[in-house]
Amino acid sequence: MILDSKIPAGPVAEKWGKHKFGLKLVNPANKRKYEIIVVGTGLAGASAAASLAELGYKVKAFCFQDSPRRAHSIAAQGGINAAKNYKNDGDSVYRLFYDTIKGGDYRAREGNVYRLADVSRNIIDQCVAQGVPFAREYGGYLDNRSFGGSQVSRTFYARGQTGQQLLLGAYSALSRQIAEGNVTMYARTEMLDLVMVDGVAQGIVTRDLVTGEIKSHAAHAVLLCTGGYGNVFYLSTNAQGSNVTAAWRAHKRGAYFANPCFTQIHPTCIPVSGDHQSKLTLMSESLRNDGRVWVPKAPGDKRPADQIPEAERDYFLERKYPSFGNLVPRDVASRNAKEQCDAGKGVGGSGLAVYLDFSDSVKRNGAAWVKEKYGNLFDMYAQITGEDPYKSPMRIYPAVHYTMGGLWVDYNLMTTVKGLYALGECNFSDHGANRLGASALMQGLADGYFVIPYTVGDYLATIGPKPIDATHPAFKEAENSAKDYVKKLLAINGTKTVTEYHRELGHIMWDYCGMSRSEEGLKKAKAMIQELKADFWRNVKVAGEGEELNQSLEKAGRVADFIELGELMVDDALARNESCGGHFRVEYQTADGEAQRDDENYAYVAAWEFKGEGQPEQVHKEALVYETVKLTQRSYV
Amino acid sequence: MSGNMNLTLKVWRQKDEKSKGKIVDYQVKGISPDMSFLEMFDVLNEDIIKKGETPIAFDHDCREGICGSCSMHINGRPHGPKSGITTCQLHMRSFKDGDTIVVEPWRAAAFPVLKDLVVDRSAFDRIIQSGGFISVNTGEAPDANAIPIPKKYADEAFDAATCIGCGACVAACKNSSAMLFVSAKISQLALLPQGEAEAKQRVESMIDQMNEEGFGACSNTGACTAECPKEISQVNIARLNREYISAKLTSDNV
Ligand SMILES: Cc1cc2nc3c(=O)[nH]c(=O)nc-3n(C[C@H](O)[C@H](O)[C@H](O)COP(=O)(O)OP(=O)(O)OC[C@H]3O[C@@H](n4cnc5c(N)ncnc54)[C@H](O)[C@@H]3O)c2cc1C
Ligand code: SF4
Ligand code: FES
Repeated sequence: MILDSKIPAGPVAEKWGKHKFGLKLVNPANKRKYEIIVVGTGLAGASAAASLAELGYKVKAFCFQDSPRRAHSIAAQGGINAAKNYKNDGDSVYRLFYDTIKGGDYRAREGNVYRLADVSRNIIDQCVAQGVPFAREYGGYLDNRSFGGSQVSRTFYARGQTGQQLLLGAYSALSRQIAEGNVTMYARTEMLDLVMVDGVAQGIVTRDLVTGEIKSHAAHAVLLCTGGYGNVFYLSTNAQGSNVTAAWRAHKRGAYFANPCFTQIHPTCIPVSGDHQSKLTLMSESLRNDGRVWVPKAPGDKRPADQIPEAERDYFLERKYPSFGNLVPRDVASRNAKEQCDAGKGVGGSGLAVYLDFSDSVKRNGAAWVKEKYGNLFDMYAQITGEDPYKSPMRIYPAVHYTMGGLWVDYNLMTTVKGLYALGECNFSDHGANRLGASALMQGLADGYFVIPYTVGDYLATIGPKPIDATHPAFKEAENSAKDYVKKLLAINGTKTVTEYHRELGHIMWDYCGMSRSEEGLKKAKAMIQELKADFWRNVKVAGEGEELNQSLEKAGRVADFIELGELMVDDALARNESCGGHFRVEYQTADGEAQRDDENYAYVAAWEFKGEGQPEQVHKEALVYETVKLTQRSYV
Repeated sequence: MSGNMNLTLKVWRQKDEKSKGKIVDYQVKGISPDMSFLEMFDVLNEDIIKKGETPIAFDHDCREGICGSCSMHINGRPHGPKSGITTCQLHMRSFKDGDTIVVEPWRAAAFPVLKDLVVDRSAFDRIIQSGGFISVNTGEAPDANAIPIPKKYADEAFDAATCIGCGACVAACKNSSAMLFVSAKISQLALLPQGEAEAKQRVESMIDQMNEEGFGACSNTGACTAECPKEISQVNIARLNREYISAKLTSDNV
């Protein structure tokens, strides 16, 4: 299959406008004859479900939490970008587009990214109209701050709870449509499989997480808005339930998986405190606006921070990157922290941490000012570590945070399976090899509010409003295979728990497919994962039964999929013989240790096709064409 | 094991909504003070699974105090002994070696127990569906800076909007009232000019839905705010009452 990205021809700024005009429209009177399934109700899913229902389509929405309001998007802290240029500081749609392409280390599509930057402005308008309480200045106008990888102030925020407020806005729009009967909401329901009829997506199989009932749902189109797969690393900043199952099962039904090895390690997280740890907590990157990152100059210096004189501190980001300083992009900041720790300069008991120091900011602006801006993050730090960050500097260390890879989609957000779409973090589309801070919320809402309502209509108009035949044998077959799968998991009754397997997988991924990767390590990891998979299916112990609320079973299915995904990530990392963004292959670096891209051979999207259980996957390459931006070595010096 | 605290847990076990539940005792050993309360439960559940028994079901997701999933009633208090945090933010350093800890689900007629510590809070969703929104379709919005909103009101609206929908307020109230939860949403939208157009209808429908779901009346004891992990203020309940009275005075639905 040849990958057709469907990027419209013409100047980058005119592509979306022209494309929209070319899309077919659905006759308003016919809209309610179409059913659309939306899996996931995070920012991408809730905004899509609400907007499509407003247009008149019949929507069924699904989430595994007890309420759509609890999707992982709720945890986003720092903010959302938009090219409003309210600050008059030189921002523009073009600059946001450029920063995103460059930040992504030239591995994203120009057409998609320009559209994202363009609609970013509408997102802020929409959210304010919904009552999202963004931070404001004394004059009553919206406030902004800056984020890593940018020199303008374009990030809108709601204290440290931007994701919460945006999600509650989308949730309220969704709630209104549920009340009007345009959306049927299925909470505590998990998608287990995709139903395909003649190569076209026509429904899904779900498990009711309270009763265990497995059944299928038919629709004209299926939208996966199921988030990212950072939990393949076991420890990450993602919510406990975040998983790859929906995307992975769709992958096995024919949707290509793009750039799976592109994962983001976030520089400002609270360091690991012990092996009981179940998740890592992010401290918003906005802290890098006013906090300064440093380590002692001398390796092994174990004095407390306040006893290390100024002259013996190394503010390594400010020293190495004078123009961006502490605001370099995430991959650069993370790798530098690791480098310092590897050189023995790490702080804290484990030596796996660097300082993030606010004392200068407190001196300059006062403690009250710092509290107003970052109060809840400081409280969170104090609560978790038992230390007071107003008194001594915080300790931070990088942690897995976001996955740029995901289901391959074309410009219309359709996967390689007809009728199946992927939105939000679930797709691979806009962030290349590294995502800039405050751009995931923007992308999720762009996809849901302003892209999918246009593009899905074009597909629906093409296929026509004929009802989907839910009695087609494909539905029963998919249901039965999901039931067999559950039975198989429960029948093994081995000796190792699901969590033990998950933790092991996480170690392999972090050690060999994490912040730095090598051919030798990746090959080793591949063998280890294959062994882990075989052992899992021989020896896992899943408690309880299928027909009940069973969290052990839920987790087992998710971990089984993570193991398979892990192997594909390793394959992808092995096949990409260059370093770019979050993908750092030690063999490919510049003399001063920066990522060394190979544009001649690797300026492409790697989209992997599932070829059957136990078979190697086949890679398809979509060449990335740069018509507008010139590819250069990324420099933040 | 990473720590040295040994504890006795008394945990509510209930097979499903229809079955009767009971308290079951467990011993947990080697708990580190740096563990979160839920990580301590993870340790216990791993033990239970290894023994071939059914682990304790409990809701959780973000584990950082923002999704509102976790919901344990610990030693008689929703979210445990500390103020201003959720169960997942509670750390074992708040307990002592040898302690006995009683853990139960939220108790309220409107929140039926589904299994062990998992309750059904969909009543909250239905209350929001009855009017906790501003009716603006995608694409209809004017420029975000078209209406300046004084920082004071924006900040107050934000304070109310931080409610995570956890239900601790209901669990804390002897009447199982949902007034704090409802007032938080009403206040957020009442404080913003965008919310004004539907203010009257919103407060009436949300209160009606709240009553229909079987939540009790508010007798102003303040237990809700005291246990609310986001410290949602009683001022919101007063505002809700004002909004409700003024809506009723001029209501079209008498
Ligand atoms: C701690 C943290 C802070 C962040 N801060 C920022 C920030 O400041 N700015 C920014 O731009 N980005 C931030 N991000 C990234 C951003 O939050 C996410 O990328 C984004 O919210 C993802 O949204 P989503 O809608 O794609 O998916 P999610 O919000 O993850 O939603 C996934 C949905 O899918 C459902 N689901 C999943 N699998 C299934 C299944 N099998 N069956 C049924 N339902 C399923 C879930 O129930 C959920 O409703 C942050 C991320 C983290 C972890
Ligand atoms: S008001 Fe407080 S206690 Fe009640 S649901 Fe909201 S956050 Fe929870
Ligand atoms: S698990 Fe999200 S608030 Fe506790």
